[in-house]
Amino acid sequence: MTSATLPRGAAETDPGFATDDDVEAIPLRRPWRWISAVVVLALLAWFVSVIATNPNLDFATVGLFLFDPRILEGVWLTILITVISMAVSTILAIVIAAMRLSSNPVLLSVAWFYVWAFRGTPVLVQIVLWGYLGLLFDQIRLGIPLTDVVFGSMDTNALVTPFVAGLLALTLNQAAYSSEIVRAGMMSVDEGQREAAYSLGMSPLYTFRRVLLPQAMRVIIPPMGNELISMLKNTSLLSVIAVMELYTQASVISSTNLKQVELLIVVSIWYLFMTSVLSVPQYYLERRFGRGSTRNLPPTPIQRLRKALQSRKPGPAPAPPTNAVEVIGA
Amino acid sequence: MNMSMTQTVAEPEARHSEALVQIRRVRKSFGAHEVLRDISLSVPAGTVTVLLGPSGSGKSTLLRCVNHLETIDGGRIIVDGELIGYRQAGHKTHEMSPRQIAKQRQGIGMVFQRFNLFPHMTALENIMEAPVGVAGRPRAMAKSRALELLDRVGLADFAGHYPAQLSGGQQQRIAIARALAMEPKLMLFDEPTSALDPELVGDVLDVMRELAREGMTMIVVTHEIGFARGVADQVVFMDGGVVVEAGPPQEVLDNPQRQRTRNFLESVQ
Repeated sequence: MTSATLPRGAAETDPGFATDDDVEAIPLRRPWRWISAVVVLALLAWFVSVIATNPNLDFATVGLFLFDPRILEGVWLTILITVISMAVSTILAIVIAAMRLSSNPVLLSVAWFYVWAFRGTPVLVQIVLWGYLGLLFDQIRLGIPLTDVVFGSMDTNALVTPFVAGLLALTLNQAAYSSEIVRAGMMSVDEGQREAAYSLGMSPLYTFRRVLLPQAMRVIIPPMGNELISMLKNTSLLSVIAVMELYTQASVISSTNLKQVELLIVVSIWYLFMTSVLSVPQYYLERRFGRGSTRNLPPTPIQRLRKALQSRKPGPAPAPPTNAVEVIGA
Repeated sequence: MNMSMTQTVAEPEARHSEALVQIRRVRKSFGAHEVLRDISLSVPAGTVTVLLGPSGSGKSTLLRCVNHLETIDGGRIIVDGELIGYRQAGHKTHEMSPRQIAKQRQGIGMVFQRFNLFPHMTALENIMEAPVGVAGRPRAMAKSRALELLDRVGLADFAGHYPAQLSGGQQQRIAIARALAMEPKLMLFDEPTSALDPELVGDVLDVMRELAREGMTMIVVTHEIGFARGVADQVVFMDGGVVVEAGPPQEVLDNPQRQRTRNFLESVQ
């Protein structure tokens, strides 16, 4: 304690000070860090060599089909279905969440039932069910419900193509999951926020848009990023109703050339690429809506890279850490 | 606003026509629990009324009724000649639409115990949000006014700070500036210093004193007896949903007539 309170230079002036107490503190040595790293690297090298030297794996085929027009068509359809289903399901989810948070018992019960039904049955079953919609209703009519007034009708199988059935199945299923995420986000905002907004003369809609939703978004975005990636991969389930997305296209090709594993590798490369690309906007959205919640925002990858490059050049010592916060968008 | 600082609000009926805030026979229950029982009170323009009382006495509820954050079951609240939250038709009042109520609230500022600043906005954005988004003032004008208000509460250097980077006392002063930005004719304070560390209370009370000096009409729920003695024109002691005693601070605080008031003052001082 005393040494900490001594003024600088005390060590030189006090000859008795620099004896037993003036020692160097060595951090704990951790040999297991090195040993475990070597073991893991060895296992990894063995795994790679087994795959690379396997005579049954034809890497030329993987390269051949990676940019095959049919595969690219499948990739496009996968992206299209993901984007449409995710967008529509999010809007639906906000409506369902609002219904579950309302004080109207009918709206609340219907929303609860919706989530219960769509979350409680396998999505694969729902997809097949929508694919068989034509068995349930052979005609789809546009008219006034519970009356005989009909404006027009259409053959179900012509209207609900496999593509439409797949969209319906994924969208309705996703809305059930997303609505719970939106609801959790809305409930995470303190009640005092609404009161403060109201006391300033803000209308309920304005309060929702400018005060409550931006705060809820901070809680909503990370799980929604997960859902988006799940959705992208779940599109492969649509192969059971013959939607020609990425996985179906690959199956069709491998059923003729019998290169199943190679085409599965092609498909996996594409899914990995697409999910990696989707993680980028999530990172920036989280930063955007994280404003004010932490004192220091983490640097973006670009900022990190720039810092790393700068630290390689000889230059002035880095500034000490501060509490200053970068204001995004200011 | 040329109202004299008359302190004889003890006989409310006579002053009703002149008072900025008139609370008449207000009743309010939460379920079976009656929180406000036939409360009448009036607050002349330019004066400060302090509501005192034990917790559960109904003082915060009464304050929240004045800007219709709580509905009432009976009686009337009139601010600046306007019935708050309701339209009268014969012997009944009908609750207004949220939009109409929002309009009325623009003229009534409120400061909360827990500050309730918007955490995703900087101090400056907190203050500018309602003038720009609700009152439709030009952004540049709202900004210069907001900076002026920040300066007035002693936080000119904190415009770009988020609430999480500010102390409780600083947050509460920003909250006061935010309410003042809408140019209210009445300010409501709901235990503004109760959530603060003791050494930060003074800064907030100073801002409120200054506001009172400038002639702002204020209704303050607080346990700060010193503030009530120094600033209030009228002290109202409530207990069990009724007004036990009301009058100038030197009467209610220094010479209370009722035993309940005496007991309360002894317990807080």
